[in-house]
Amino acid sequence: MLTKRIIPCLDVKDGRVVKGVRFLGLKDAGDPVAIAKRYEKEQADELVFLDITASHEKRKIILEVVRETAENIFMPLTAGGGVSDLSDVRDLLNAGADKVSINSAAVKNPDLIREASRKYGSQCIVVAIDAKADGEKWEVYINGGRTPTGLDAVKWAMNAEKSGAGEILLTSMDYDGTKKGYDLPLTRAVSKAVNIPIIASGGAGCPEDFYRVLTKAGADAALAASLFHYQELTIKEVKNYLKKRKVALRC
Amino acid sequence: MLAIIDYGMGNLRSVSKALEASGAKEVKVVSQPKEILKADKIVLPGVGAMAEAISALRKLNLIEPIKESIFRKPFLGICLGLQLLFTESEEGGRVKGLGIFKGKVKRFSGRLKVPHMGWNQIRVKSSYILRNIPDNSYFYFCHSYYVVPEDKSIIASNTDYGLEFVSSISKDNLFACQFHPEKSQAAGLRLLKNFVRQ
Repeated sequence: MLTKRIIPCLDVKDGRVVKGVRFLGLKDAGDPVAIAKRYEKEQADELVFLDITASHEKRKIILEVVRETAENIFMPLTAGGGVSDLSDVRDLLNAGADKVSINSAAVKNPDLIREASRKYGSQCIVVAIDAKADGEKWEVYINGGRTPTGLDAVKWAMNAEKSGAGEILLTSMDYDGTKKGYDLPLTRAVSKAVNIPIIASGGAGCPEDFYRVLTKAGADAALAASLFHYQELTIKEVKNYLKKRKVALRC
Repeated sequence: MLAIIDYGMGNLRSVSKALEASGAKEVKVVSQPKEILKADKIVLPGVGAMAEAISALRKLNLIEPIKESIFRKPFLGICLGLQLLFTESEEGGRVKGLGIFKGKVKRFSGRLKVPHMGWNQIRVKSSYILRNIPDNSYFYFCHSYYVVPEDKSIIASNTDYGLEFVSSISKDNLFACQFHPEKSQAAGLRLLKNFVRQ
């Protein structure tokens, strides 16, 4: 049986993991490869690297990070953040990413999804959607959540699928960082509308939150960043909880 | 020399590093026909579309050396490298494969989410390559198509995704799998070790 996935996200800036990691026993708490190894030991099902490097000249550093991680850790790896054209997709895949996530550039130029999936296969193209509630609907924001687009998140997800996306990484801007749980209505609405896997993101605070989004909102995977970074919860604790509640998991 | 065939369909770094971590001594990424003929062992990896893969192999003149080497030396196909071995795929209309085995490559359909992405179990039937891999071990999958061999005796493992599909095949010294051993942590490395020692 296909299992649900628990995915830690590492925010990488100038080649270093940020968010004040407090892992014990690591020589260098901001070293992406060391942290990735730690997550691998904890039985993370996948890793996501999100590059939040601001300066253009330092943007190539993420390729080094991906390269070094892929050479040391034999598990699925998604990279994204600032992917703007086909050559960015190619560079990340060549560095060793299995999937590349595209956010703003996909909105500005939906042909990018089409071209990237035709060239490299749908299975490696993830479209990341940042959504914010607007009445009964959700609006898509780009540029790190700063720019509203007027697009309806559910419709945009359907378009992304039609263009060749193989997966949706869906972040609730309203819930992100609140620890009050994932946005179940948003996740459910998108999951019902498309036939590709959904990674839910934003709002995880306790194991129950993972349970809810994976079993009641149609998510195929649940992502968390700071929760795992700060070791408020370990992946193992989340998995143990879900296993007790009969969620299909790899343990 | 262990040759990993590079025909432009996906990154080969993970495959090559995972093989090295599994004990392979001389791993080489190759795209020349003569290097394939020289190799002791061959790995055919790949992700993406079958039509593009076949035309890339043809352009590089790799089809003949691959066909010549199969069953002569240990061969490992991964993902697209499994699908390519069959007669034809329904991907993009109808695409002819290498035809080493009779059978079709079909797309998952119905209510299933496609791609089939993530960790799933394999039910081991038999194969040297799977010999010390426990039944129901988890491997990482990422694909929209699956193979349907005519000759059921080549099935090495099955996997359940709404329907039961063939997740690996083996015949003589050939093994090919739909999942990615190079991405499947400990179980994957064990499989690769078996191949390296073959």
